[in-house]
Amino acid sequence: MGLTAHSTGMGAVDQGLQIARRVPGDRVIALAGNPNVGKSTVFNELTGLNQHTGNWPGKTVATAQGTHTYKGVDYILVDLPGTYSLLAHSAEEEVARDFICFGGADGVAVVCDATCLERNLNLVLQTIEITPNVVVCVNLMDEAKKKQIDIDLEQLSRNLGVPVVGAAARSGKGLRELMEALSSVTHEGRPTPPDPIRYTAPIEAAIASLQPLLEGRLAGKLSSRWVALKLLDQDDSLTASLRTHLGFDPLADPAVAAALEGAGPSPPLAAYKSAIVLAAEGACADSVTLRRAESRDRDRKIDAVLTNKWTGIPIMLALLAAVFWLTITGANYPSQWLSDALFWVQDRLTDLFVYLHAPDWLHGALVLGVYRVLAWVVSVMLPPMAIFFPLFTLLEDFGYLPRVAFNLDHQFKKACACGKQALTMCMGFGCNAAGIVGCRIIDSPRERLIAIITNNFVPCNGRFPTLISIITMFFVGAAGGALSTGLSAVVLLGVIVLGVVMTFWISRLLSHTILKGVPSSFTLELPPYRRPQIGKVLVRSVLDRTLFVLGRAVAVAAPAGLLIWLMANIQVGDASVLLHCAHFLDPFAHLLGMDGVILMAFILGFPANEIVVPIIIMAYMATGSLTDMSNLFALKDLLVQNGWTWLTAVCTMLFCLMHWPCSTTCLTIGKETKSLKWTAISFAVPTLVGMLVCFTVATAARLLGLA
Amino acid sequence: MNSIQDIARLGALKEGQTARVKDILQEGTMRRRLQDIGIIEGTRIKCLQKSFWGDPVAYLIRGAVIALREEDSDQILVETVGLHRGTEGLKS
Repeated sequence: MGLTAHSTGMGAVDQGLQIARRVPGDRVIALAGNPNVGKSTVFNELTGLNQHTGNWPGKTVATAQGTHTYKGVDYILVDLPGTYSLLAHSAEEEVARDFICFGGADGVAVVCDATCLERNLNLVLQTIEITPNVVVCVNLMDEAKKKQIDIDLEQLSRNLGVPVVGAAARSGKGLRELMEALSSVTHEGRPTPPDPIRYTAPIEAAIASLQPLLEGRLAGKLSSRWVALKLLDQDDSLTASLRTHLGFDPLADPAVAAALEGAGPSPPLAAYKSAIVLAAEGACADSVTLRRAESRDRDRKIDAVLTNKWTGIPIMLALLAAVFWLTITGANYPSQWLSDALFWVQDRLTDLFVYLHAPDWLHGALVLGVYRVLAWVVSVMLPPMAIFFPLFTLLEDFGYLPRVAFNLDHQFKKACACGKQALTMCMGFGCNAAGIVGCRIIDSPRERLIAIITNNFVPCNGRFPTLISIITMFFVGAAGGALSTGLSAVVLLGVIVLGVVMTFWISRLLSHTILKGVPSSFTLELPPYRRPQIGKVLVRSVLDRTLFVLGRAVAVAAPAGLLIWLMANIQVGDASVLLHCAHFLDPFAHLLGMDGVILMAFILGFPANEIVVPIIIMAYMATGSLTDMSNLFALKDLLVQNGWTWLTAVCTMLFCLMHWPCSTTCLTIGKETKSLKWTAISFAVPTLVGMLVCFTVATAARLLGLA
Repeated sequence: MNSIQDIARLGALKEGQTARVKDILQEGTMRRRLQDIGIIEGTRIKCLQKSFWGDPVAYLIRGAVIALREEDSDQILVETVGLHRGTEGLKS
């Protein structure tokens, strides 16, 4: 159900793979599965946690863990990143494989998509090769039923030699059966299932010669058959992991080396892969029946419109505009109510301070400083966020985001970047830090860096309200009404499109300068559409976001409000510190079409973009004549009094779209790239671009005498 | 045996056409990735839909819809026979 407080901000950073068993009886269960089969939903249902869920492959890129108690035993569940295989071609696959091999998991639940089971069995078979303690959880049984796909779970279980349970995790069905099966496979003394995959005779012979040599060294921790297979496959990443985790280098063992030598030239990898694909096909042959050949009609019909050559992109823009319109229209009233209520409270607080004979400075610092900036943050920023976010999440749940990537991919290819960058940009709408972590779905390191550096050109949830309030005040008039909010939505859409176009340009620029290279191959899965869980999305994303935003507002805006009040009230020479700072920044800010206060607000907004507009308001109120303003519609007057023109508004919006990433995002970039250099570049690129654009616009407008 | 005319690049399929994989010319990571999603010799692939710029193209592969770029789909050789189903060879 979209990003949650857990998956944004600092929560977006990986937890790593340290498992804390509280008592020896705790059992560790790894949740594996292809991307987008509902692993995170199963995980959330069982643990009561809120991992980000959504209908697109690659959204869980980090591991998460939680506990579930079943029949008095605590199970520690580990949600692994989605992978198609365990052959460790990518970072996620290596994480998943190493956890299953060396993470000390007592059992593995492989979650599968019932609507394309055969491909999912690839991973199931590979997992069974590593450990016999596997339960197959065929999720999305409800979807399969709708698509007239019959699955004989018992037959499938006989074919695979491990328990198979059906589930519909979104409605909580089948999870008890899953836990029951897991509790039985993690019990000692279960018969080992037969090897799921038989290879060609030469491969089998080579395995047989290697197995006895490995048996002793692996001490029962890993299947010797599987390790033998990997050695024949010359899988260097596994030998490296064996060295790290077991202190055992099989290639350094002369007997093993000799046996490998004796096995002759290694058979092509294709032979292994084909054997797995064919085994999956075999396991499905008598257990899966498609009652109607063209059962995916509905999805094809929707795709025929949403990804159509001619209607795809217009519909994409229209959907985005509709989301903006609903956000702007819907946010108007709650904003007004909130500001009325919060400023009423401010007056009561003032009364209280007067009644207590509190000193003026204390009232000023706490009420006019801390409280007032909090009130502005909540009333101006919260409503648009609380509306935009769930709406966007509904589109995500529906399965629309990969279609956006499909529609835009050609432009990314022209920029020598990865089409999945569109998905990371969509994440950026919610939170740029989450978008940066999401860039892990891009395999090529070069393309991943491009996506990280340009992610900030998509305004996050914290910057939206800034754009919305400026647009409403300066370009549409505060009159309200459907026409004017419609116009606001169109202007906002224009700003977003500009951000996307800048992303393409800058990506292309990077591809031809510091990140030279050609676009690499990739596959983009377009998952089946799913009916969004409307109620759940609304409740969770509003609650999570509300709490998250309020928490951040308190943490960041309160000290910022205090700082502004102090700066406005501490006199140095003939003016306040605030005026000195604003004057100091003024000449430079003027070049960019703004003023010193605005630039200062952006700088103070480094910890959280939500506080930029409130700081501007606070600073003007502290220096100007208008001190008692508790009406949103009076905002424009305040800004105009302080010299705002349409040009100031345009440049502030442009700079809001293109400036340095917030501190959380910078920290995340540092963690993800593990490089100060790339963090600095990610900071500098949007900043320089924004300054350049603002300077050009301001200078051009002034030269043409427009402002 | 098929005549040479039957062999085409996957990228040359028209919307709605179905074909069977003959060979994957791609090497390295992409080859493995294609195998991961179930593309091996004999796999049936249906061309579903082209995007706005004609690239990428969405294909139906083993029940899943996967979009491939032209550069990659041109590396997959197919025979444009829609009726056969099944796989041969390779299984021991």
